[in-house]
Amino acid sequence: MANSPLSIARFRVIFIICWVVMLADQVMVLHYFGLPWKAAMIDSAICNTLLLTACLVVMHTLRYYLPRGEQYINIFSICLLLTVVWLLLTKWLLKLSLGNYDGYDDILHHSLSIRFSIGFLLLGCVTMISILWYNQQEQKEKDERKTDAEKLAREAELFKLRQQLQPHFLFNSLNSINALIGNRPEEARKMVQQLSDFLRGTIKKEETQWVTLEEELQYLQLYLDIEKVRFGNRLSTEISIDENTSGLKLPALLLQPIVENAIKFGLYDTTGDTVIRLYAAREENNLVIRVLNPFDPETSSPQQGTGFGLKSVKRRLYLLFARADLLNTEAKQNIFTTIVKIPQGK
Amino acid sequence: MGKIIIIDDEPLARSIVKEYLQKHPQLELVQECNDGFEGLKAIQQHSPDLIFLDIQMPKINGFEMLELVDQPPPVIFTTAFDEYAIKAFEAHAIDYLLKPFNQERFDKAVAKWGEQKASSSEKATQDLLESASLSPSQNQRIVVKNGSKIKIIPVHDVFYLEAADDYVKIHTQEGYFLKNKTMNHFEQVLDGQQFVRSHRSYIVNVQQITRIDPYEKDNHVAVLRSGPKVPVSRSGYGKLKEVLGL
Repeated sequence: MANSPLSIARFRVIFIICWVVMLADQVMVLHYFGLPWKAAMIDSAICNTLLLTACLVVMHTLRYYLPRGEQYINIFSICLLLTVVWLLLTKWLLKLSLGNYDGYDDILHHSLSIRFSIGFLLLGCVTMISILWYNQQEQKEKDERKTDAEKLAREAELFKLRQQLQPHFLFNSLNSINALIGNRPEEARKMVQQLSDFLRGTIKKEETQWVTLEEELQYLQLYLDIEKVRFGNRLSTEISIDENTSGLKLPALLLQPIVENAIKFGLYDTTGDTVIRLYAAREENNLVIRVLNPFDPETSSPQQGTGFGLKSVKRRLYLLFARADLLNTEAKQNIFTTIVKIPQGK
Repeated sequence: MGKIIIIDDEPLARSIVKEYLQKHPQLELVQECNDGFEGLKAIQQHSPDLIFLDIQMPKINGFEMLELVDQPPPVIFTTAFDEYAIKAFEAHAIDYLLKPFNQERFDKAVAKWGEQKASSSEKATQDLLESASLSPSQNQRIVVKNGSKIKIIPVHDVFYLEAADDYVKIHTQEGYFLKNKTMNHFEQVLDGQQFVRSHRSYIVNVQQITRIDPYEKDNHVAVLRSGPKVPVSRSGYGKLKEVLGL
């Protein structure tokens, strides 16, 4: 339910000041037309208190019943009706309390039309302001709900993008551990540890969290160590980091899928040994990371290499930065390069 | 007695199969292979009685390798996670081991192989390959044997396909390659938006077409960018027009 405008202190004060001004104004005007001070005050108090009640009724009603589109004619009629009721009630009460003053009947009779127009105008204004206020409140609530829903959807999507990468890697790693248990239990134990640390890292980190390049590389190393146990001598890596990158940050868990893609692409597209290279550098205000893997240009179709891994990274970068140009790939001779730019200063 | 070959690109994955094999002294491991190329050679050399085959492997996957073997031996697939492949296995009742697997499950698979006749397993393997080739990752390229060499043809390099008795001629820049499949197979497997059956005996890559000329009455020919002309029948012309949005 929308809040009434009177729930805000500032509006309450303004409302009361308006009422007091009207009260005083009417006393003055009536006195000017020859009514004694006391009578003028009673008249003004009765008249304006009733008007105030009518205003409050309108404001309260609109809080629960807001007209839509074509129903404004109803509002107009209700205002008119309320004004008439207010006027009759006022007239009756005034006659009852001030009828014994000389010439009061005359003044009352002549001022009825003026009282009516002022009352109608005022009620109309209050009604209009209330409608605008409640409409705005409603819009605000709707917007908040929409932002909340969008945020939830975005978080869910980011989470899903990360989750989809795991199963193949996980089951193959478990299979390797299974093989090691028989002959090399020490290594099996080490790999269980690495795999646990890696998985813990995946679970622990939030999608929107930023980490330093050093942290991300440590995490990446866990992944690479596991992959090296799986693929044996076929896989080797070279990582080179420019000194000026220290302290630069990137979204957590961004590099691993890129490297995973490079490893898959490299290992499954060539039969010999595969070297995966990673270079990190600072270029202007960006952290730029290049991941290189060999491939066979003769047998790769262009769709390959931008497999699921990179598509999800691209989507994630878009969700985080609202930019689609942060992930690029290039194929030169038999080297495929994935370039990711991470804008700093966030 | 039975001759065994293990084909898997991960050394530890091979070693666990080796370890489990020790319980079956009647089975003799004749070779371990790193990838499909080695595997193919080894199968031709040893004609094994059973192979353990991984699916995801360098260059050509396990299914593609099997396609190249003239008479595929009985296979037990070993794979970690491949929804599509698992569906295919289930449909064709071929045994498969999901990594990681234990000795008990391994023994069961071997026992099942022992009960099956070789001929029925070959039929099942053929059916499996047929359905596996429909998987999305499989229709990006065609793997053929060219003499003793294996050639991987990305589908966008294919000009057109031509029926030739029991084979299909795959025409490319480098000449044609033969594959022991039917036209209907390729019509099903290849992307219908890119490859159109223009004629009973021809499937053409629409991206290669530069123009379509009338030819005799009722018929047309599609002229490819690289020169060759591919016959287009009346119904083929309709299909081409639809795909090209004419």
